[in-house]
Amino acid sequence: MSSELHDILQEQSENISSINREAEEESKGTQFLSFDVGGEEFAVNILSVQEIRGWDNPTFLPNAPVYIKGVLNLRGTIVPVMDLRNRFSFKNAQYSDTTVVVILKTKNGEKERLMGCVVDGVSDVFNFQESNISEVPDYGSGIDSRFTAGVMTVDDHAVTLLELSNLLSLDLIKHPYTGASHG
Amino acid sequence: MEIDLSQFHAVFFEESFEGLDVMEQELLNLEEDTDLENVNTIFRAAHSIKGGSATFGFNQVAEFTHVMETLLDEMREGKREITREIIDLLLKSVDCLRGMLNKLQDGDDVNNDYVELVDYFNQLLSNESSDDKQNTPNQNSEEPLSVSNKDDDNSNGGYSIKFVPENYILQTGNEPVRMFKELEGLGTLTVKADLTKVPNFVELDPELCFVSWDMQLDSQESEADIRAVFEWVDDDCLLEVKQLNNSSSNESEKTSDNAKATVSEINSEASTQTKAQTEPLVADSKKLVPIKKEKEAVKSTNKSTSSASIRVGIDKVDTLIDLVGELVITQSMLGELGENFDVSKLEQLVAGLRELESNTRELQESVMRIRMLPIGFVFNRMPRMVRDLSAQLGKNIDLIIKGEDTELDKTVMEQIGDPLTHLVRNAIDHGIESNQQRADNNKQGVGKITLDAYHQGGNIIIEIEDNGGGINPDIIYAKAVEKGLIEEGVEIPEEQIIGLIMEPGFSTAEVVSDVSGRGVGLDVVKRNINNLGGSVDISSVVGRGTKFTIRLPLTLAILDGQLIRCANEIYVIPLASIVESIPLAGIKLTKIAGNMPVYKNGNEYIPIVDLRDEFDIKTEKQSTNEGLIAIVEGENRKIAIKIDELLGQQQVVIKSLESHYKCIQGVSGATILGDGRVSLILDIVGLSRRSADRATAVREKVA
Repeated sequence: MSSELHDILQEQSENISSINREAEEESKGTQFLSFDVGGEEFAVNILSVQEIRGWDNPTFLPNAPVYIKGVLNLRGTIVPVMDLRNRFSFKNAQYSDTTVVVILKTKNGEKERLMGCVVDGVSDVFNFQESNISEVPDYGSGIDSRFTAGVMTVDDHAVTLLELSNLLSLDLIKHPYTGASHG
Repeated sequence: MEIDLSQFHAVFFEESFEGLDVMEQELLNLEEDTDLENVNTIFRAAHSIKGGSATFGFNQVAEFTHVMETLLDEMREGKREITREIIDLLLKSVDCLRGMLNKLQDGDDVNNDYVELVDYFNQLLSNESSDDKQNTPNQNSEEPLSVSNKDDDNSNGGYSIKFVPENYILQTGNEPVRMFKELEGLGTLTVKADLTKVPNFVELDPELCFVSWDMQLDSQESEADIRAVFEWVDDDCLLEVKQLNNSSSNESEKTSDNAKATVSEINSEASTQTKAQTEPLVADSKKLVPIKKEKEAVKSTNKSTSSASIRVGIDKVDTLIDLVGELVITQSMLGELGENFDVSKLEQLVAGLRELESNTRELQESVMRIRMLPIGFVFNRMPRMVRDLSAQLGKNIDLIIKGEDTELDKTVMEQIGDPLTHLVRNAIDHGIESNQQRADNNKQGVGKITLDAYHQGGNIIIEIEDNGGGINPDIIYAKAVEKGLIEEGVEIPEEQIIGLIMEPGFSTAEVVSDVSGRGVGLDVVKRNINNLGGSVDISSVVGRGTKFTIRLPLTLAILDGQLIRCANEIYVIPLASIVESIPLAGIKLTKIAGNMPVYKNGNEYIPIVDLRDEFDIKTEKQSTNEGLIAIVEGENRKIAIKIDELLGQQQVVIKSLESHYKCIQGVSGATILGDGRVSLILDIVGLSRRSADRATAVREKVA
């Protein structure tokens, strides 16, 4: 009985140390979260991710552009939701079981703002040296070049790093009737 | 021990400003009724400001209040007649102190404005002292002012001593009689023995002392000297030595010292200055009024950004604690129920949940009540302003304040102060006619301005009424045509014409005075009030007066809402704005002016807003006679919103849409419903405006 327990403990401690080794190896560089949008892989710095939620129909916002799906309740805070597939002009945005909303935050001056981003699924968390990020070839991409910050090659495939300050910028969201509501 | 005094600064400033408000108010009361109690109140307020500022090292403030106090002291003792000049001077001093404290609060240095006033005070005091000399020649010329000083000496002489020895005092070899003899050597002594504790003779232990003594000692000696007599028995008795003065000995000593200091100061100045100086001072003070006012306005805006604390009555806090206690009990009850639940306990669970609901609701209400303050805080600014302005304009005006206990949210109150001040100024300047005009029009009595506040539904109503000349719609109409706001010949109902005076760029005053009439103002008032979610109505009768009615929500954080469904969306309409709702099936919709759908209600045509079109809600078209219309009103404009279903009414907590997104015209915010979903709150005014704009745009496109 006790020797059995001992073996299990032994095994587990080996596992833990191997995890630690892995973590040590990966601790070089910055951590990124990658997700799938319309079959392509995109990434954001993991520190800008507030949380990940399952997809649920948000509350419709009047006259919103097609990529603004509405607002959701994040424990009492009203957070707008943007569908990245619409934002990047991808066709056939479907909502499935793996569709998730990644709540991203940006700092705008002193104020921190939140925005939910609809993606087809979360892929991976990986480390990458920021110095190895290459520029996005400026070559007639369907995505507004202001939204991308660079390309990373992870395990032989390309991951596009998103420029959140522009992607989430309210100035770039065209919403009619946003004049002063009072006055 | 070093104590960081700066941590108490905020409290000091808060209390001092309160003290200044009290002083101002009492000074104004003093004008009508020279009650000594008023003077005492003012004196006390000034005294605590003096004490506080000296403690915190704001010496200029202390110095200044000290001079004020000297004058007040004379008033208190009836040595100085209370005249309008003196009240003017004291009011100016209150302003000056407020300025100094504001500067100190912002961390700036005090400038030397106050020195001027101190000089005036000194002149006034020295004049009086020379008068004193004439009136009472027998008085010692060295100290014409220091009657208070002498009083102090007299009262210094009396001590009341209570001596209660432990019963074993005699066994320690101490003899009370000897001590009394020693005391007698210090002054005249009266001793009274208290025999109430002495037991029956049978139970009496002759070696114990059961007697205690009350003594009155008339003496010039200090308290320490008296205590020295009892030095040997200090630990074996209860000893109280009290001065027979009304206030504490320290205080009176301080005042007398200070008084002496000023006396010498005054005397030196009296030799150089003559008493004819009081006249120019009064003239000056009048000239200064408008400038002072503007400064004040600037300051008050500074203040509103910095003040963040709130004073709450202890009863409100107690209620909260009680409620939280109940909540905890309910919670533990429910928790226990959940531990081992079976269906038989269902009824108990339902009852528990009901209790939880009522607890929560009460708790919410009490928390909101903490933010509520009586509107008197704002109203109390007015008497001073009315007094100064009416004097400046040469009008006789009475101000009547009612309903000052009506409570409203602190945020609302902070923002209503300036618009209200503006409206009262306006009433004084334009509303009430000049004395001459009133006489010409055979109007009886003085001008009267009435401020009133009361609750009505979920709103607070504030009324500003004057019995002045009223607003002549013909003049407004002509002016509006002249300014190009309306076209000549267009028929407009009278109340709408009067409403035009709140449009930007509209001033009907013939002459721009420095009080008002620049045409900025009423529109700002209106905008501020609208920003608070309120509205202003004007009613006026030519020759009889004008009444402004301000309607404000009680709080900005919670709203009584009507939930409605349109397509699959649920919206909240502020309950206060709903006039009525009518099923579409029973009414006939008309189209006028091209293709604008309207609902004809009596003589008025109310435009219909379909949220599906207005908000681009994607859904299949509904048939035209399904659902109903809700007639809503905002800023005197009615619109009918086409909706599918009326759902329940409930209080909703207003959340900002702007903190993470943009503000959308027609939507004032969002809230979270019971099921956790977000629902948008409709902004009626914005909605009616944008639908009107949209209609115009469509028309232009067609044209």
